[in-house]
Amino acid sequence: MTGFWRAIFAAGFFSNPEVQNALWLGGVIAVVSGAIGVFTVLRGQSFAGHAMSDMGAAGAAGALLAGGTAIAGFLSFSVVAGASVDLLGVRPRDRDVATGLVLTAVLGLGSLFLFFDTRIVGAPEIILFGSLFTSDPGLTPWLSALGAAVLLALAIVFRPLVFISLSPDTALARGVPVRAVGFAFMLLLALAVGESSLVVGSLLSTSLLIGPASAALRVTARLRHAIPIAAVLGLLATWLGILLAYDSFYWPPYGRGWPVSFFITGLVLAIHLLSRLWPPAARYGSTTAQRTARIGG
Amino acid sequence: MMDTWFGEISTAVLSPGMFSFTFMQNAWLSGTIIAIVCGTAGFFAMLRGSAFAAHALPKIGFAGAAGAVWLNANPLLGLSLFSIGGALGIGWLGKGARRDVVIGLVLAFGLGTGALFLSFNNEYAAGAISLLFGQIVGVSQSEVVDTALLALLAMAMIAFLYRPLLFATISPESAEARGVSLRMLDILFLVIIGIATAITVPIVGALLSFSLLVGPAAAASHLTHRPGRAILVSVVLAVVSLWVGIALAYDTGWPVGFFVASVVVLVYAGARAGAAIAGRRQTAGSTSVKA
Amino acid sequence: MLPVTASLSLYKRNYYTLQEDHWHAMICIVIITLLCVTCIYQRSKGLEKVETMFMTTTLHSGDEILALQKVSVRFGQRTVLSEIDLSIRGGEFIGLIGPNGAGKSTLLKILLGLLSPSAGSVRVLGSAVRRGSAVIGYVPQKIHLDPGTPLTGRDLVGLGLDGHRFGFALGGRHRRERIDEALRSVDAIALAQSPVGRLSGGEQQRLLIAQALLTDPKILLLDEPLSNLDIKSAREVVRLVARISRERGVTVMLVAHDMNPLLDVMDRIVYLAHGHAAIGSVAAVVQSDVLSGLYGYPVEVLRTKNRILVVGGQDTELEDWNLAGEEHCDGGVTVS
Repeated sequence: MTGFWRAIFAAGFFSNPEVQNALWLGGVIAVVSGAIGVFTVLRGQSFAGHAMSDMGAAGAAGALLAGGTAIAGFLSFSVVAGASVDLLGVRPRDRDVATGLVLTAVLGLGSLFLFFDTRIVGAPEIILFGSLFTSDPGLTPWLSALGAAVLLALAIVFRPLVFISLSPDTALARGVPVRAVGFAFMLLLALAVGESSLVVGSLLSTSLLIGPASAALRVTARLRHAIPIAAVLGLLATWLGILLAYDSFYWPPYGRGWPVSFFITGLVLAIHLLSRLWPPAARYGSTTAQRTARIGG
Repeated sequence: MMDTWFGEISTAVLSPGMFSFTFMQNAWLSGTIIAIVCGTAGFFAMLRGSAFAAHALPKIGFAGAAGAVWLNANPLLGLSLFSIGGALGIGWLGKGARRDVVIGLVLAFGLGTGALFLSFNNEYAAGAISLLFGQIVGVSQSEVVDTALLALLAMAMIAFLYRPLLFATISPESAEARGVSLRMLDILFLVIIGIATAITVPIVGALLSFSLLVGPAAAASHLTHRPGRAILVSVVLAVVSLWVGIALAYDTGWPVGFFVASVVVLVYAGARAGAAIAGRRQTAGSTSVKA
Repeated sequence: MLPVTASLSLYKRNYYTLQEDHWHAMICIVIITLLCVTCIYQRSKGLEKVETMFMTTTLHSGDEILALQKVSVRFGQRTVLSEIDLSIRGGEFIGLIGPNGAGKSTLLKILLGLLSPSAGSVRVLGSAVRRGSAVIGYVPQKIHLDPGTPLTGRDLVGLGLDGHRFGFALGGRHRRERIDEALRSVDAIALAQSPVGRLSGGEQQRLLIAQALLTDPKILLLDEPLSNLDIKSAREVVRLVARISRERGVTVMLVAHDMNPLLDVMDRIVYLAHGHAAIGSVAAVVQSDVLSGLYGYPVEVLRTKNRILVVGGQDTELEDWNLAGEEHCDGGVTVS
């Protein structure tokens, strides 16, 4: 029995401080991303989430160049990006063009910063692929607090947010401040994305955002259930990914270990594909489909 | 005096060797070909709103390049295979909101795989990373031939599919009623984007190649409303953007992608502003009749 | 001044052998061959379509042009259409009326050959229905266009002529004249050069009708053309379509959920509710007992001076694909 246990949980897994930090931080990120992600998918803003993580990366690259910390860059840029995209366009079509323009400009700068960052060894990798095991443990309490704050804010705007996401016209008619709530959600999205980009990398934070959420929404029609399910699926993917990454230290090529981002993204994709086998629990109205129809390839 | 002043600037901008180095000549040639394809394919990409695919395919291709480096194969082969394969995969997975999600997840996993390959092979990892930014150094003659071949393929496909693609994009229900297979066209178009991506990424870089695809076409749509002319204008703008990008990259050593993206943004802003100004002058004598 | 990214370039130069060239060339050749094969195949099918276009079937008005016999459509457990019997004669103006979710779009898809019925037969002009047939012209409800779309009115309409064929349009003056003729018949010749993205809904509607007319169809299907129009535009569209029907002898089937704009022009009405249909004159079909039979619950038909109102016991259309039922906003997303 101990042999079997040892095979799954390689030696020192639970006692390793970096692993403990990774498990906690990864858990926070997974839960926050899952909750915010449910609304992101519902509102058809997957592309916006992706764009924000890209822009956060540009900010982080710039911050590193300027001698600041990556987290500051991530958070500030994705918040600014989210706010400006939300403000620049009222109609969805305007927003797409505005998003594209802002995105291009910011990414251009970001790529330049990243290029200069190549002089700092490993910097692009950290920004792009994350630093779950190597993140500064001093940051953990701040990131946890931020995650908790985002969840709290989400709980506060929960009801109006659901209303404007599912029946925007009715909500408008009933006097719900659609613009304000939408803007507030964009900010929460930006914070969640910024935070998760720091930990799992900007290129991969999208998967924790939309993967578990889309799987959860496939499985259940009730939002009250979808959010915890998304969080749990995210936790599953993250923790299992951390475990596998730790174990892979003993896999070929020996002594190096495979990147945790590989495992997490693979697991998230697997979860999503498995969820597709489930009979669909809810069908989305024309509003969501139309909003995203233009974004498809 | 004017002569020397002009001469000084031209030597600064058109640095020595820009046109005489072999690799630079290859870069100019390759770049022009790339810009023509992107300008043309971009017209349809803009009409179809393929922004997410334009973002995702270069990064998926990059993962393929990293994998190829790990397997000691030509990174450009990995790039092409994954770009086109990724395009087929996205097309096969169906349309709509679900597609966005799957694109995002496949993209992320592809990059995770890229990270894996890069972690295995440190020696050339830095080289693979350079595909993120694009480079003009080391464009070999065989690469130019490859680029030309793939470009020819892409242009042939666009020419072949021109009418049904336009029909299916503008008026999908009517097209379907006339027997056009929307799904087939969707997949084929994504393959075209995949091919365009495969040839653009080596020079412009995976992070910013989307700008060459989407930008010039968007700018062109503000300058003319005839489809044929829009494609022509789009190609011209793309070629100019890329030429300026290559020139500045040669001068400064900064990545091509950055300059191309910057020029594209400026061109788009300019086109938009120009159209707005021209529109305002025209409204005075406008005779648009509303039903 | 040169970027120092030599590692990749050196690597590529060392590795690049002749075999790589072959790979790319081979892939290209394979794909081009596939394209050629598809092209040839499509051309052979295209010829068939051309023949249909020029087929001069002497159709006398009064001949049966569309026949549905006991057509049913089931998606799994749901029955969308049950045992529809329709016989439509040439030159008729038919209104296909019914509430949302009654199965009108499904019926259209059957007629266009995009969907096969689970039971029953559909015959158009005596032969089985075929997808992409030039005999049926289809006018979609609405197309979504950006204001800046680079396409003129003439381009949009021209798609109806040969948009389904491969390659570029070659045909010069002859082709242009055919398009202009269609534009004239819908009073849209002034819009030929206008960018379609900037036209009003009604103007785009007329262009779509012209587009459908280019193949000289014998039947014109209009999918809810009046839904997004104001009353004045709706009336104009109805008048236009009626005129086209008369001038060209085209059978018209116009889908709507409100029958009132069509009362003056309809020859017969097909009322569709809950998958059941009744066909006949307005006076015969639009009666409380008939409609109650279709709906399956009591509905009342009220006739005012020039309007007909159908009032039902249950107002909620639960088969609508919208996320209805969010009245209580308790966080639950329940969809029927």
